[in-house]
Amino acid sequence: MTDYLLLLVGTVLVNNFVLVKFLGLCPFMGVSSRTETAIGMSFATTFVMTVASLLSYIVNTYILAPLGLEYLTTMMFILVIAVVVQFTEMVVHKTSANLYRLLGIFLPLITTNCAVLGVALLNIYEQHNFLESIVYGFGAAVGFSLVLIMFSAMREKLANADIPKPFKGSAIAMITAGLMSLAFMGFTGLVKL
Amino acid sequence: MTTLMAILVLGSMALLFGAILGFASVKFHVEGDPLAEQVDALLPQTQCGQCGYPGCKPYAEAVAIGEAINKCAPGGEDTIKKIADLMGVEPPPLDENHDTDNSPKVAFIIEEDCIGCTKCIQACPVDAILGTTKQMHTIIADECTGCDLCVEPCPVDCIVMIPIAKTPQNWQWDLNNIPVVQLD
Repeated sequence: MTDYLLLLVGTVLVNNFVLVKFLGLCPFMGVSSRTETAIGMSFATTFVMTVASLLSYIVNTYILAPLGLEYLTTMMFILVIAVVVQFTEMVVHKTSANLYRLLGIFLPLITTNCAVLGVALLNIYEQHNFLESIVYGFGAAVGFSLVLIMFSAMREKLANADIPKPFKGSAIAMITAGLMSLAFMGFTGLVKL
Repeated sequence: MTTLMAILVLGSMALLFGAILGFASVKFHVEGDPLAEQVDALLPQTQCGQCGYPGCKPYAEAVAIGEAINKCAPGGEDTIKKIADLMGVEPPPLDENHDTDNSPKVAFIIEEDCIGCTKCIQACPVDAILGTTKQMHTIIADECTGCDLCVEPCPVDCIVMIPIAKTPQNWQWDLNNIPVVQLD
């Protein structure tokens, strides 16, 4: 139990996907201008990442590994992620119009989110078992959400701040992201993995 | 042999996933687009067609799939701002083809000049014009949505748009600023 908790905390804070591994930077910069959209994106990503890491583990362990086809993982995982995203979109569209409004525009974006593929592949490289894969996927998504929501809140404040002209817009966003990354380095050593 | 196996596995997985998605798209088929309906609810429902679509609903559907949100002239800046909020984008200025004055207006036929050509009757989207061939036309002011569409076809330019004066009878407090929520 402690192992899983440590893995979760470690993925969320120490090995944060966005600020330490630099994965999923496009949505991090792209949908962080408003907190509301950032929250929508976070929920969608959390769901897809968890399910995708679960499914890709199953596909790898029960289909690719026994047949000695591990070199197909990247291709197969892209397929799995695309299907998960599409399927989720359809189900959400049918079952909850409100949730669809919140997540709808972000779901297709997640197909090309490298953090999702990153989680699936890293699960294989680090030889996680079934439960560890799910925890790792969930942790990565929570870390992504945490950073994305914090960043969007900061950017909303920055929009009203008196920033020198050359630093306005994306420049100050990049600097903010860099400073956040430095801040997250402070978590190194919190959990020994 | 291994190459063949790889192709077979990848192919069959793709086929399986395709089947799942195909099944899901039939099983979870949704009539209409909830986003389009929400946009439609924000539009003024004048059905004027000044956006280039035959009514508010088709324009709402087009907006939902990426049409510019600044084409609704009767709605003006307020509507653009509301749609922008819904879609999560920056509100663009009103389309330059339309003037920015969106105060409520009503069409008025200068009856001495009317030749009874019925062209404005055909243009009216809400059947607010009374009249027949060679007879003078007139506008039912309560039905008129102020959409401007009858002004253009009139061959003798006898239709003018008159701003509706604000009286204690038709004055409305600015309720748009208070979000109204439907309670279950």
